Amino acid sequence: MAEAAKAEAGVTAEAGAGPQDERGRSEGRGPGTPGGPASGATIVLENLTKRYPGNPRPAVESVSMEIKAGETVILVGPSGCGKSTTLKMINRLIEPSSGRIRIGDEDVTAIDPVKLRRKVGYAIQSSGLFPHMTVAENIALVPKMVGWGRTRVRDRVEEMLDLVGLDPREFHGRYPRQLSGGQQQRVGVARALAADPPVLLMDEPFGAVDPITRDHLQDELIRLQRDLHKTIVFVTHDFDEAIKLGDRIAVLRERSHIAQFDTPEAILTNPADEFVSGFVGAGAALKRLNLTRVRDVEIADFAAVTVDEPLQSIVELLRAGQHNELLLLDHRRRPYKWLRRGDLLRARGSLARSGTLVTHTVTRDATLRDALEAVLTDSGGRVAVTGRRGEFIGVVDMETLMNSVHEMLEADRLTALEHRHELDQVRTGREQDASPVAGDPGGDGEPPS
Amino acid sequence: MGFWQFLSTRHQQLLVDAYQHASAVFQCMVIATVIGVLIAVLTYRTEWAGNLAVTTTAAILTVPSLALIGLLIPILGLGVPPTVTALVLYGLLPIVRNAIVGLRGVDASLVEAARGIGMSRTARLLRVELPLAWPPILTGIRVSTQMLMGIAAIAAYASGPGLGNEIFTGIASLGSANALNEVLAGTLGIIVLALAFDAGYVLIGRLTIPRGIRG
Ligand SMILES: Nc1ncnc2c1ncn2[C@@H]1O[C@H](COP(=O)(O)OP(=O)(O)OP(=O)(O)O)[C@@H](O)[C@H]1O
Ligand SMILES: [Mg+2]
Repeated sequence: MAEAAKAEAGVTAEAGAGPQDERGRSEGRGPGTPGGPASGATIVLENLTKRYPGNPRPAVESVSMEIKAGETVILVGPSGCGKSTTLKMINRLIEPSSGRIRIGDEDVTAIDPVKLRRKVGYAIQSSGLFPHMTVAENIALVPKMVGWGRTRVRDRVEEMLDLVGLDPREFHGRYPRQLSGGQQQRVGVARALAADPPVLLMDEPFGAVDPITRDHLQDELIRLQRDLHKTIVFVTHDFDEAIKLGDRIAVLRERSHIAQFDTPEAILTNPADEFVSGFVGAGAALKRLNLTRVRDVEIADFAAVTVDEPLQSIVELLRAGQHNELLLLDHRRRPYKWLRRGDLLRARGSLARSGTLVTHTVTRDATLRDALEAVLTDSGGRVAVTGRRGEFIGVVDMETLMNSVHEMLEADRLTALEHRHELDQVRTGREQDASPVAGDPGGDGEPPS
Repeated sequence: MGFWQFLSTRHQQLLVDAYQHASAVFQCMVIATVIGVLIAVLTYRTEWAGNLAVTTTAAILTVPSLALIGLLIPILGLGVPPTVTALVLYGLLPIVRNAIVGLRGVDASLVEAARGIGMSRTARLLRVELPLAWPPILTGIRVSTQMLMGIAAIAAYASGPGLGNEIFTGIASLGSANALNEVLAGTLGIIVLALAFDAGYVLIGRLTIPRGIRG
């Protein structure tokens, strides 16, 4: 489900790669549904610069970028390159030395920063929850500050806990120290979203949790974002996280200079220069697996019978010789056991005792990386693909995966070749243009689809 | 006269003195807390100002109490005013120091989070920084109170109220029948009061330190 959002986003971003298309996606999704949550607002940064006293070189130098309404933009780059500084200038936790910030139709460079921040959600690495307040009190802070009534605040707290996947009854009255790291992060996100701000800024929010929890939280964020369409600016130094979450990624180099600002696909297949390709790094094939879904590859049929079938016909099927192996489904057609030819005999005809249990299944929205993981751990070298209610659809095996990866890499190589020329043009164009990359040069790097 | 007999004949006077002693210390503590926390709030952000506040209040504490009261009498006269002034001044150091340390010790990322979600300067102070710094501040108040219990006895020198009167009368009439009993009664009374106050602070701690940060 979560992956579907990303896939959809990826597709739209690819299709609408020019600035002129920027409204297409959010309009298509119908933002600002009356009564619904406030959806994203455009953020425009114009020549933002930050100089810290005592340092002649600015920490952030003349950053310009336009972030479309409802878009998730990831700022990624090496440590100390100015990601956090750039992010914090958006809600003016750090006052820019020069430049302008516009959110929606409003120039917020000079408005009261306290008012600005109440309209901009902010979530940070250490969760930033106040340890002396309960989970509910933490979440209620901003809604109370903006003057919501008692009952509305209370309902909202429950709603937000629900939204981030925490049972309100259980977590309402807990203190932050009584939560796991992942739960704290969830509450942090709930607090940031509580007053329904159009913009959400996140500074390495999942940087301090273990990889598995991080994965969950990322999926969760994708799911949330699919419903909410906030404009999210997300800082990380983990490029895999960037690929997974971003509609577009801004790869930053020192002093926040934008090395490339484009869709994940375009950055992976067409890194703008050495710096970006260095940062994208090795393992591009594996990263590519993260970008492709099971639904995008061929799902093969596989002989399957349900346990409701009479034992005799199952035996017949195996004996007939067409199939060496069957997939046994349970009453609701969910994968249950792999059944090899000799299995039934060895178990003296007892279905309950024969075959190996199916431990891994994937949905069509799973990434190929998940599928590969499952295939590698399964003894039969294949994984069952299931539908919405867990019902069996087909299988993906090692061969399919290998062929798909080969095809993708081949396609990537072709794309890269095809566009080297165009890229050179873009680069020369960029050098002539005094203002650094604003908007979206990605269109130039896209494969013709 | 035995000590118990002394107590039973003089208990009326002793209770009045004890009450006045406790009341003087309590009231001075309230004033010292308000002023001390205020000084801390005004100075903790700047390195030099905070240090100046701590050094100044520390310097006050090095002045012998008898000398300070002696110096205050020509200015403020006898009785309550010099007593209160001296006690408040002495009580400041632990409160100011602990409050500054406590406020400076609040996790910077929490203060930034508070700014980030749009809390005003005042809201940050009242809802985040002071509550989080409250445990050390309360410790400061507790230490301060213990100190004032003893120092308040000196106030009798300036005709102030309290158990000090018993002690001073006793010392002045050393050798007479009840002298020792008076000194003993005054001293023990102060100790009992100090213990009672301390128990009170434990209770206050339980009631006011939020469960989420209680050790
Ligand atoms: N308060 C400050 N005073 C002076 N220099 C600062 C200050 N804050 C940050 N810098 C400098 O600005 C540069 C950018 O810092 P920033 O925190 O934005 O980096 P970052 O990209 O977020 O790094 P990281 O990935 O390590 O969090 C760094 O070189 C840092 O030393
Ligand atoms: Mg940072």
